Amino acid sequence: MNTAALPRWVVAAAVVGAVFVVLPLAAMTLRIDWPRFIPLVTSEGARAALLLSLRTSVSATILCVLFGVPLALVLARTSFPGRRFVRSLVLLPLVLPPVVGGIALLYTFGRRGLIGSGLASLGIDVAFSTTAVVLAQAFVALPFLVLSLEGALRTVGTRYEAVGATLGAGRWTVLRRITLPLVLPALVSGAVLSFARALGEFGATLTFAGSLQGSTRTLPLEIYLQRETDPDAAVALSLVLVVVAVVVVGVAHRVRPLGSLDPRGTASPKAPAAAPGRVD
Amino acid sequence: MIIARLAPGVRSHGRDARRGRPGRTPGRQLCAVPAAVAFIVLLLTGCGGARDATGAGGSAAADGAEIDGSITVFAAASLTSTFTDLAGRFEDGHPGTEVRLTFAGSSDLVTQIIEGAPADVFASADTRTMQRVSDEGLLAGTAVDFATNTLQLAVPPDNPAGISSLADAARPGVKTVVCAEQVPCGAAAVAVADAEGVDLDPVSEESSVTDVLGKVTSGEADAGLVYGTDVRAAGGSVLGIDLAEAGAGATTYPITALAESPEAATAQAFVDFVTGPEGRAVLTAAGFGAP
Repeated sequence: MNTAALPRWVVAAAVVGAVFVVLPLAAMTLRIDWPRFIPLVTSEGARAALLLSLRTSVSATILCVLFGVPLALVLARTSFPGRRFVRSLVLLPLVLPPVVGGIALLYTFGRRGLIGSGLASLGIDVAFSTTAVVLAQAFVALPFLVLSLEGALRTVGTRYEAVGATLGAGRWTVLRRITLPLVLPALVSGAVLSFARALGEFGATLTFAGSLQGSTRTLPLEIYLQRETDPDAAVALSLVLVVVAVVVVGVAHRVRPLGSLDPRGTASPKAPAAAPGRVD
Repeated sequence: MIIARLAPGVRSHGRDARRGRPGRTPGRQLCAVPAAVAFIVLLLTGCGGARDATGAGGSAAADGAEIDGSITVFAAASLTSTFTDLAGRFEDGHPGTEVRLTFAGSSDLVTQIIEGAPADVFASADTRTMQRVSDEGLLAGTAVDFATNTLQLAVPPDNPAGISSLADAARPGVKTVVCAEQVPCGAAAVAVADAEGVDLDPVSEESSVTDVLGKVTSGEADAGLVYGTDVRAAGGSVLGIDLAEAGAGATTYPITALAESPEAATAQAFVDFVTGPEGRAVLTAAGFGAP
């Protein structure tokens, strides 16, 4: 980092900002009861919560990719009346308090909800199930993927796609061999962001899915509950969550440059691969 | 994401500053950071200033045992409606006083008090959490028990699962929600279920009684174990079913003035008011039992 290009006060403010984020995490680490750390984080409840969190977050991320990629493509590559409005609606979970999301989901998929009452008559019960956790997580995480992918799609532009089409490539071929490889780094980072958001999901899960060890009590819910009786356990589990988040983000940063150089499936990888570098 | 990106920034800034020391003017750069931190600290202490001001006035008032000034009361979530009512009555009876109320789960409140939150009075939903405050030496005197509460089974008004007892709530296929054992209402639920010899298999163990009630009022759950006062406060949105062994899970509510209170006289006056006849009447009307 060369700070010469920036006014010093910008750098100073940036340092204050960074300290503001890092200091509370450091303060939390200082409170950890190290001799009890291993027993605390390997207790049955903690392991069940961590496994459930990882399982549901992966499922939610898969849902986000399955529906978020088409959503981002439609928002970035088509034009229809009310597109901007639809876009802001889709991004709404980003700014909604999660508990509001939970209430909304309850009135949709709950036993007396809009869709839930129909599902219940078919014998499908969403409430208090792991499915409810995944739905809550996907609901809050989807905008992260859509936002990062849509931005990338706009930045790379349609030039290569147009060239591909004039050379006779069909829509599916253009999508598969030009568009998606171009935005792969953004897709990966969007998916990682979604995963991280899903991992930290608390409010919507608590409101919509309930809390039962092994089926709906994810790590954030376990932390919230442990705080009631054993603050040391809550702090220890919080550190586990921070470490998982840091590892995930770190892995994503490693994957991104590799992804942008990945020539797999692209006929002219070098030139377009440079473009996503600007997407940041 | 943010952490990973910013953390390297901190380090590289440090390196640059060291590297720049001989030639350039790192002094200004290094000063800027403490200055900014100091600015934020000033902001923080600025917020605390108002509190100190009332504190200074309060100690003078305490000497003359005069009851005025502003106190902050931390009370268990289940006391929300009764304490809102009582605070209003107290202010009416003692002109010049202001009672600020904070409601949350008792354990949350204890954590905040131990971490230094400015509370003058603490009313807990169980003796166990009060003991934690006492262990920290934060009580002004000894805590006084002022109310009791017992569990009821709350069901949606149409009672879809046809529940009339705790044993019904334990039937397979019935969605019953309880508090987790870590919170007072969950401990009470276990005690009642044990006393009735019922083996509950809940679909969810919530961290607060409000969450249990929410699952019942929304119709997601067929039944939930909540306090009788919650059922009464929920009005017609749930039906309350009495439990045969409710007494086994009775919880006792203690109240106390806190040692660090700058308004000791007013804090104690509020405690006396809650434990006195008017407080008793309001609590009884809300469904609380006598201690």
